Amino acid sequence: MTTTTVASFEIKYHQYLDASGKPAKDLPKFAKDMNTMRELYRDMYKLRVFDAKAYALQRTGKMGTYPASLGQEAIGIGYGDVMTKEDVLIPYYRSTGGLLKHGVTMEEILRYWGGDEEGANYSVAKEDFPICVPIANQIIHASGVAKAIQMRKQKRAVVTEIGEGGTSEGDFYEGVNVAGIWNLGAVFFINNNQWAISVPTDIQTACETYAQKAIAAGVEGIQVDGNDIIAVREVANYALEKARSGGGPTVIEAITYRLCDHTTADDASRYDDPKVKEEAWKNEPLVRLRKYLEDNKAWSDEDEEKMKEEVAKEVEAAVKAYEEAPMPGPEEMFDYLYAELPELTKPQREAAIKRGAK
Amino acid sequence: MAAITLIEAVNAAMAYELEHDQDVVLFGEDVGKNGGVFRATDGLQKKYGKDRVIDTPLAESMIAGLAVGMAAQGMKPIAEMQFMGFIFPAVDQIFCHAARMRHRTRGRITQPLVIRAPFGGGIHAPEHHSESTEALFSHIPGLKVVIPSNPSRAYGLMLAAIRDPDPVIFLEPKRVYRIVKHEVEDNGEEYPLEACFVDREGSDITLISWGAMMHETLQAAEKLAAEGIDAEVIDVATVSPIDMDTILESVEKTGRACIIQEAPKSGSVGSEIAAEIAEKAVLSLLAPIGRVSGYDTVMPYYRLEKQYMPNVDRILDEVRTIMEYK
Ligand SMILES: Cc1ncc(C[n+]2csc(CCOP(=O)(O)OP(=O)(O)O)c2C)c(N)n1
Repeated sequence: MTTTTVASFEIKYHQYLDASGKPAKDLPKFAKDMNTMRELYRDMYKLRVFDAKAYALQRTGKMGTYPASLGQEAIGIGYGDVMTKEDVLIPYYRSTGGLLKHGVTMEEILRYWGGDEEGANYSVAKEDFPICVPIANQIIHASGVAKAIQMRKQKRAVVTEIGEGGTSEGDFYEGVNVAGIWNLGAVFFINNNQWAISVPTDIQTACETYAQKAIAAGVEGIQVDGNDIIAVREVANYALEKARSGGGPTVIEAITYRLCDHTTADDASRYDDPKVKEEAWKNEPLVRLRKYLEDNKAWSDEDEEKMKEEVAKEVEAAVKAYEEAPMPGPEEMFDYLYAELPELTKPQREAAIKRGAK
Repeated sequence: MAAITLIEAVNAAMAYELEHDQDVVLFGEDVGKNGGVFRATDGLQKKYGKDRVIDTPLAESMIAGLAVGMAAQGMKPIAEMQFMGFIFPAVDQIFCHAARMRHRTRGRITQPLVIRAPFGGGIHAPEHHSESTEALFSHIPGLKVVIPSNPSRAYGLMLAAIRDPDPVIFLEPKRVYRIVKHEVEDNGEEYPLEACFVDREGSDITLISWGAMMHETLQAAEKLAAEGIDAEVIDVATVSPIDMDTILESVEKTGRACIIQEAPKSGSVGSEIAAEIAEKAVLSLLAPIGRVSGYDTVMPYYRLEKQYMPNVDRILDEVRTIMEYK
């Protein structure tokens, strides 16, 4: 029997800054602009503070369940930074960084997790989807939005994000597959934070990489150091440009580590190995970028103090706005269900309002 | 236009909207070149091009999810599920997203989409090709569920479904795809959704049905007339949200009600209608509400299909029982 190789594939891994903050190779141009880098550092820091605040609000009974991004800040901040206003974000519950960068306000995000639909009524990012809670459905929405954009011959990209566990769902493959067939301008970010609640990656897949799941769909798959904001931003920029210019979809696996619980309702100490986590802390994205900035004389202790103060104020203001936001009335359960409420449901609305008033 | 069948009417309505609204786009498995396995989309790709009438890969969740994404951009997708028995992979997308997007974004993102599916038994199809699970969709707030019973209604209701600003599940009774023809004016005139049609006026009992069973119901009404029982016949047409006003008005007039459906009995659209009548018109009733339905079983393979499906005799038996109460 003779055999020949009919196809072969490879997955490229991208890293610019190593864990010690040293350039691992020639840096892209934006990374040499210290203003840009300082802003990215500030954005990641703000997300970290926001997450901690959201956690505290949940613990004191002032908010519902919340999923933090601790250790994974470079992903959303990285792709969010290269999205334009015209691009569309289709987030999942851990896309807080992307949402914030794309113009969704902290107050809106708090309202969403605080149980008020008004939080998904984004004032700025008008076409961005609400957070997708059922795992992987959003991957197909990204392809649907990208199809509409393609049909209307617009130059806009669609970005979506999913956990590595989510790539086991059929919708992940179905969405990427059709994006490949139709050459859609969608960018699929996989946040590979090593965990799907308590399930580690070796129970999730026999694949060596998650990026290679793209290959079965005929789509380019890329792996990136998800703790390296320069690398994330660079591959995101590449993929978004490609999407906008008709070059088709890209799947990007960003490798990181979930340094927090899955959500406020989880206790990661039940399954996470403290030694592994300790190691992971050495890799986290903020320390690395701060070292890089310091090495370039672009960051000082005073800068750090000033940033902390400013961010604390900003987050406090958002929390205050959240706490002062009006309670939704019972009519809001009914008023957005259909363009026009069915006759049959109208008496229920009246009854709910009457009861609510008592 | 010459007399056309129900499936030709579906085709004509979609063609009309493709012609008049550039945002309308049609897709699904085999809908393009093949024109759909039942030919509902016959000729449409040829006329409107591969960009507007699109053959998709075989994945129902994806078809529904694409519709969600495209509708969010203000397009008007019409997605075909090849058979209702295969809509289940898509239910996730329909229930979790299409049905609630307007609600959860306070109207910021809407879902003007249509999901079409041929449904129901009686055509000797293989397993999973004869389901009548309209109640599943009726239960979900945010969806409209529309079932035409004849060609003119298929035309008018399909137009309304496409133009509706909210997601519509459009179920086509495939058993009657080709059994009757109507003269249908292809003039783009829609019928209202959320409105029952009174197909026969009568004073003794109200027969309530929809979809393919309307044909047996109307035949039964004719036979009853010969026996001196004057039945009013209502085609529910939109099984969610239901126009209960028309039904209640009729039941208050006749004092008797019988609901005829092909779907299993428990937890069904018929159950809902009976409950509404019991809640709001019980004092007008002269007899218990009757129900003729499929059994609470899996739709059988076709050797037993006839035993499963309600027929004219079963309707007559039930009505005669109801009429015994004086
Ligand atoms: C369809 C579906 N099944 C189960 C869940 C419950 N659930 C929520 S998050 C989660 C784990 C997801 O892990 P992963 O995709 O790796 O993302 P991560 O949370 O780690 O970012 C599960 C099982 C869900 N939300 N949706």
